[in-house]
Amino acid sequence: MIEFLQHLINGFSTGSIYALIALGYTMVFGILQLINFAHGDVYMVGAFSGYYAIHYLDLSKNPSWISLGVTLATSMVASGVLGGLIERFAYRPLRRSPRINVLITAVGVSLFLEFSGQLIFGADPKFFPQVLTFKGDWSVGELKMNPLQFLIFFVSILLMLALDWMIFRTRFGRAMRATSFNSECASLMGIPTQQIISTTFILGSALAGAAGVLVGLTYPKIDPLMGTMPGLKAFVAAVLGGVGNIRGAVLGAMILGLSEEFLVGYGAPSFRDALAFGLLIIILLFKPTGLLGLKRAEKV
Amino acid sequence: MKRLKFTLLNRFFIVSCCGVLGSIWSSGCKPHAPPLTVGSVREPSSQTPGSIRIGEVGSMTGSEATFGISTHRGISLAFEELNQSGGVLGKKMELITLDDRSKPEEAATAATQLISENEVVAVLGEVASSRSIAMAPIAQNFKTPMISPSSTNPRVTEMGNYIFRVCFIDPFQGEVMAKFALNHLKIKKVAILRDIDSDYSTGLANYFAAAFKKSGGSVVLDVSYSSLDIDFKSQLTAIRGQSPEAILVPGYYTSVGLIARQARELGLQIPLLGGDGWDSPKLLEISGKAMENSYFSNHYSNEDVSPKIQNFVTKYRQRYSDSPDGMAAMGYDAAMILADSLRRSKTLSKQDLREAISTTQNFPGVTGNITLNEKRNAVKSAVILKVANGAFHYQTTIQP
Repeated sequence: MIEFLQHLINGFSTGSIYALIALGYTMVFGILQLINFAHGDVYMVGAFSGYYAIHYLDLSKNPSWISLGVTLATSMVASGVLGGLIERFAYRPLRRSPRINVLITAVGVSLFLEFSGQLIFGADPKFFPQVLTFKGDWSVGELKMNPLQFLIFFVSILLMLALDWMIFRTRFGRAMRATSFNSECASLMGIPTQQIISTTFILGSALAGAAGVLVGLTYPKIDPLMGTMPGLKAFVAAVLGGVGNIRGAVLGAMILGLSEEFLVGYGAPSFRDALAFGLLIIILLFKPTGLLGLKRAEKV
Repeated sequence: MKRLKFTLLNRFFIVSCCGVLGSIWSSGCKPHAPPLTVGSVREPSSQTPGSIRIGEVGSMTGSEATFGISTHRGISLAFEELNQSGGVLGKKMELITLDDRSKPEEAATAATQLISENEVVAVLGEVASSRSIAMAPIAQNFKTPMISPSSTNPRVTEMGNYIFRVCFIDPFQGEVMAKFALNHLKIKKVAILRDIDSDYSTGLANYFAAAFKKSGGSVVLDVSYSSLDIDFKSQLTAIRGQSPEAILVPGYYTSVGLIARQARELGLQIPLLGGDGWDSPKLLEISGKAMENSYFSNHYSNEDVSPKIQNFVTKYRQRYSDSPDGMAAMGYDAAMILADSLRRSKTLSKQDLREAISTTQNFPGVTGNITLNEKRNAVKSAVILKVANGAFHYQTTIQP
């Protein structure tokens, strides 16, 4: 029983990491119908900007919430700027091209970031310094939990609520939805669609940067290829929940995290990655719009 | 005007993207593309007649970078010493080092380049067994002697009669760790957590399990992870449920550091056991205090008081202001055995050199007296190191 509960806790914490990355994925998809394969690599750049911020500002000397805040802010700004640049120079020129061109460009940008990262940061794994430490672990009897994982869970739920509120309750959100629904029509109505798309991109990338720092803190080993697998897993999570749907992304991520955890915990650890992509195939076969996705009428 | 400028910029971005991607693609696919080079690479035509050219393939960057860097330092130190004392057979020793970025396919490419373009007489490398196994068929095909400093998986030297190693092999290393666990630590129940992507890790896990069960111990759970994983809590939770007295983690230092952290987070305070894949300062950096009271088998200990080892440690410290780890010592020994064989070789042909290496008897290396057996493996003792107070400390030596 205790083992089961421990697996449950572990599953939620893995799931919240996927959720954190999947949120950015799903936002960008929601507005552009573009699967931004570079998202996982923006997450990597976020982790590295955090790493360099900690080193140059010497933040690991006195770990505190302020140090974490500074690290988070730096990496969110850095990855936000990177996201903006990617959108401006790689995706915007292709706005009117067939979707497949943009998709291939996304793969290209992803490889560009991964290998530039190996060139600039070096390909060997780095230790991510601890800018926030807790006294001991949180435990109830045999049940143990890393407080940082709780923090990630909390942050991902909070972000989900905040994004949800932004999209359905604010003017900006309404503009986003309109752009997503029909960008030409929206621009005729006076919505600065270009600006809306850029902002969404920057926001999504900043979220990835924050995820990079939080994951770096919990699993203190970062390297330039660290974004590949989580990026793909987050993509699966987003599809599972229904791409473009904020709550769906978190739901999908939790389902993925939990099912991986139980699969690995109860017998078949080498099938961990196969499970994620198996789920992807099944969901695409039987419910391509995802668990919470709505069927959209095809525009003619 | 503004518009024109932007389109130009876009073009530039796309073209440079393509250029970089193209070069990445081609370096991955073309058999003769030059991998990242460390040290000097010279064209074959510029070979000075008075030098003997040796190739080295190592993981200078990538996930196991400290292995490649340490080994390279050991080899370079040996070459510098040899050249200062007049070289070998009156000729300078010339080292050409290629980086394989910790990838088996690039190790194979690098070996091909060294042999066919740089025309080396012998190849030194690799540390990781998966990469040595990728290089070995190439060295064998070109009939070029290859000496692996520290690949311990038995399959490496089974690839052909030109492939040698100067370290012990995993069946011995597994047995050493099994004996140590049973006799010194008095442990009867062990769980295994192996890296399914690594020939080294799965091999060592199998040999340990066989030896441990034969001597009366039991393996309560045997689970695996993949080398890209960062979360091991599900496996560790399953292991905790079986309450073993120790966990064997025969992986490389990058994953082991995270595994140790997460084991402690789950309240598992039992010792971790491992092999020479742990031997890197990065292990302690990543794991923090989580590795305390863990044990691993290794090729040598720099705490050993024997004058031969202390002499090497002093020279290494003077040269690099850093303590030599096991990989550095193995690199040094591999280079010295190669030089010794060159001296004993009838001619400088690759066939004669192969003969000379295969008859290495009782070579007094830093890591022990090295004799190569008929399977081209070294027969020598192993040491057990303990992680305590943030450093590796000598525990005991186990003879073959």
